[in-house]
Amino acid sequence: MPTKPAGTLYRGREGMWSWVGHRITGVVIFFFLLVHVLDTSLVRVSPEAYNAVIGTYQNPLMALGETGLVAAIVFHAFNGLRIIAVDFWKQGAKYQRQMLWVVLGLWIVTVAAFAIRHLSLAFGGH
Amino acid sequence: MTATIPSPRSGQPGSGRIDPKYRRTGSSKGNFEMFAWLFMRLSGVVLVVLIFGHLFVNLLVGEGIHAIDFGFVAGKWADPFWQIWDLAMLWLAMLHGTNGVRTIINDYAEKDATRMWLKIVLYAATIVIVVLGTLVIFTFNPCPVVNGVPLPGSFCPA
Repeated sequence: MPTKPAGTLYRGREGMWSWVGHRITGVVIFFFLLVHVLDTSLVRVSPEAYNAVIGTYQNPLMALGETGLVAAIVFHAFNGLRIIAVDFWKQGAKYQRQMLWVVLGLWIVTVAAFAIRHLSLAFGGH
Repeated sequence: MTATIPSPRSGQPGSGRIDPKYRRTGSSKGNFEMFAWLFMRLSGVVLVVLIFGHLFVNLLVGEGIHAIDFGFVAGKWADPFWQIWDLAMLWLAMLHGTNGVRTIINDYAEKDATRMWLKIVLYAATIVIVVLGTLVIFTFNPCPVVNGVPLPGSFCPA
């Protein structure tokens, strides 16, 4: 068994976990994107086919899934901007931890705002 | 005994150039990986704008998700602005996502054959989705005639 290296700068810290989160959210978004292009393509088949399939998105259970998807997208977006700052801003690597907390703060605010609006539309009907 | 390790940036003092003997890649692969890295950052910034706009207009404005049906999509794609918006989103998101998954395959698939097959499947899926999506955006008719009756869209000619 290799012993855990003591005090690495990266492993198990903000840098690693944001990287893990970026990968997982990226894969989730990619697979949704494949399905989303296919379901949207049904407009080319017939209006009825499109309306039938898109209608299955319009129930409260799917609204929870959509909120999860938006949470993944918003994290990937904000953390992606943080990665750009780490790469291109002179002080980026020095402040990468602080920037992750900013990302998480903005993420919570954005997802909460989206969830309130989207879930009240989905659960409240018209 | 002390040994001095020369700085990799010592090709020309102060020039900022990396000494050729520290370059990691030969010329065979070219700069593909560098362009892929740059593309992820450039497309990422544009995608934040395109996708946040897409989510805002489709899910948060007006009746939100209740308004989405064939007529909603037809109304958007009757306007070249949204055709271009969605086309750019399709291409950039698919290339960005495909390059991301390519990186993950390279990281975790250890056998050469496994890596090759996973990437063949990935690239095939990408080509199918990008071509399909592009054709749908450009061959779509927002004012179809169903059973001899034209669908009434406010954007359709009477």
